[in-house]
Amino acid sequence: MSSLFAQEVPLSWYLLLSAALFSLGVVGFLIKRNLITVFMSIELMLNGVNLSFVTFAQQWHAVKGQIFVFFVMMVAAAEAAVGLAIIIAVFRARATLAVDRIDLMKL
Amino acid sequence: MNAHLYLWLIPLLPFAGFLLNGILGRRLPKWLVTTVALLAPLAAFGVVLNAALGVFGIIPVTIISLPFTETCPLPWINAGLLHVNFSFVLDQLSLVMLLVVTGVGFLIHVYSVGYMGDDKGYARYFSYLNLFLFFMTVLVLAGNALVMFIGWEGVGLASYLLIGFWFQKKSAADAGKKAFIVNRIGDFGFLIGMFLLVANFGTLTFTEIATKLGQDPGWNGGVVTVIALCLMLGATGKSAQLPLYIWLPDAMEGPTPVSALIHAATMVTAGVYMVARTHVLFDHSPFALSVVAIIGAATAIFAATIALVQNDIKRVLAYSTISQLGYMFLGCGVAAYSAAIFHLMTHAFFKALLFMAAGSVIHAIGGEQDLRKMGGLRKKLPVTFWTMTAAVLAIAGFFPFAGFFSKDAILYVAFLQGTNGKILWFVGLLTALLTSFYMFRLWYLTFMGESRSPEVHPHESPWSMRGPLVILALLSVCGGWIGMERFGNFLAPSVGVLPTEAGNMRLEIILSIVAVLVALEGWLIADKLYRRKPARPAQYAAALPTGYKLLANKYYVDELYGAVVVKPLLGFSKFVLEWVVDFVILGGAAWLLGGIATFTGAILQRWQSGNLRSYAAWLAAGAAAVLLFLLVPWATVLAGLTAIHLGMAGH
Repeated sequence: MSSLFAQEVPLSWYLLLSAALFSLGVVGFLIKRNLITVFMSIELMLNGVNLSFVTFAQQWHAVKGQIFVFFVMMVAAAEAAVGLAIIIAVFRARATLAVDRIDLMKL
Repeated sequence: MNAHLYLWLIPLLPFAGFLLNGILGRRLPKWLVTTVALLAPLAAFGVVLNAALGVFGIIPVTIISLPFTETCPLPWINAGLLHVNFSFVLDQLSLVMLLVVTGVGFLIHVYSVGYMGDDKGYARYFSYLNLFLFFMTVLVLAGNALVMFIGWEGVGLASYLLIGFWFQKKSAADAGKKAFIVNRIGDFGFLIGMFLLVANFGTLTFTEIATKLGQDPGWNGGVVTVIALCLMLGATGKSAQLPLYIWLPDAMEGPTPVSALIHAATMVTAGVYMVARTHVLFDHSPFALSVVAIIGAATAIFAATIALVQNDIKRVLAYSTISQLGYMFLGCGVAAYSAAIFHLMTHAFFKALLFMAAGSVIHAIGGEQDLRKMGGLRKKLPVTFWTMTAAVLAIAGFFPFAGFFSKDAILYVAFLQGTNGKILWFVGLLTALLTSFYMFRLWYLTFMGESRSPEVHPHESPWSMRGPLVILALLSVCGGWIGMERFGNFLAPSVGVLPTEAGNMRLEIILSIVAVLVALEGWLIADKLYRRKPARPAQYAAALPTGYKLLANKYYVDELYGAVVVKPLLGFSKFVLEWVVDFVILGGAAWLLGGIATFTGAILQRWQSGNLRSYAAWLAAGAAAVLLFLLVPWATVLAGLTAIHLGMAGH
């Protein structure tokens, strides 16, 4: 073990990174106008959560956290497939991906 | 010991007839309908006759002491201090009335078989007629005001149904409504009177009221006057007196036998009967008595003047009925109740006969009622002619016909009541002159001279119609021979003795001669105008256009009521219906409900913006709220806050 890595990265750093990723995702989800960016922000939130799962799995030497990460990635992949298909359908129908103009459900 | 009289059978038999013919009448053969319809009143008359024979001691086995009460064993109304039983009372007054109602009623049923024979509503007609008899006998037999009120309202219903019997005709349907609505005003007075009776006497039973009034001499004027006037208001409605008489002339839209039975002989006399029944109240209130007398006298002369110029044979008779009812109230008003009831009885005979003879005439000439198109029917309708002549002589008051005795008795008693009584007597005498004139006018126009509609070929009515005419003609001739004195003595236990202390035999005879002379004068005038110089009436009418128009249009009372009462009321009802109820209440409720929904929707709509980012924001905010709720240790925070608060309070 080299001295550079002698000191372990403290738990809080991982968690802070995870929270930062999640928050960036939330903010992007809320403020971005392009539907694809919004979609990517969701992925960002998922990955932020994944990071805290693996962090805790490492910390407590519990494999459950890692299994959960696989589940999340699988759901995210499925979601990405369906979501992108919807986005393409929306784009074909409306010729735009601006979120505030996709408002057909408004009265 | 009193024998059983089965008084309850008297109303119930016609009621059974009503149910049978009313429910099954359409499907039953006609002869069966007729049998049921005639048997019901005949059987009721039989029961009454049985009682009467007992009372008069003709069947000594069942000697009955009056008043005889039959009470339904089950209590009817028990509310606090008020106890009302369903009771029937047979006394001298109700016995006379029952004999008239069921006897004349039966004759008119028989007559109707001929008169209504071709009508499509044959069974319906007889079921209504039986229903009327049911209610009328309940009214007459009533032992207390509430039972009387049932009969009172019921005869009003039957009258409404029968006036509007030919309801396809708008005028008939309207006349029915008019009669019903005008009677409501009178019934309102009757009801208020009953409430006051309950409030002041705690009972509605006639005998108990009489007892309580007799025990305490303090009952004079005041509340007794108010009660009596309220009851009189009811009587003016039912008996077509001023100011509520307007429905009776219109009621002539009904079939003629109905006019004879309900609107001449029986129902309209219910007001007189009611005043006689509650006479103790009137006796304790001189003011109410004079009101009754003045209303009676005023109505008598008022209606008689209108009758002078009417051209519809039934309308002449209708106004004549109003006028004669005025006589009866005049009699009541001078406390001559037995004379009023005497006149009620004789009037029932001759007025029913007049109507039925008029019906026979109308029937004979194909439904024509206009006197100007009749004439010369003497030869063609001999039975009708002779019976009608008897009735005309009776109503005009010629000796020795029935009307002479009863009218004379009323006028005689009125004459004895001081100066005011002399005025009433004079008004009555004047009315007698007018009565004689318009009756002979009708008689001349109908039967004398030459026919004014030569194309019509009249035929005498069937025997079912002629039979009752003949019987009633006999009664119109002989009905008065019983004499006022005997009749008054018989009725005295019910309605008190005639107030004739101030009179004597000579005065009575002189007044009688005066009355007959006056009637003769009326005949002579009619004879001159309608036989010897038939052009005169038109000349007189042309010479006095205002007066003639006033009479021909019945003093414009219908128009006056229309403008003063009906129109404002209708306008107000329309305002209430169309503005208050329809627009404000119904429209307002709909508007309010719709408004609430729209308003809530408008608020909630903002939530459902359709904007993806706002959904996202709500989602995030929701998640944040859940987190806040879960992560913040609220219990600790609250405890801390309380501690701070308490700490501050401690300082």
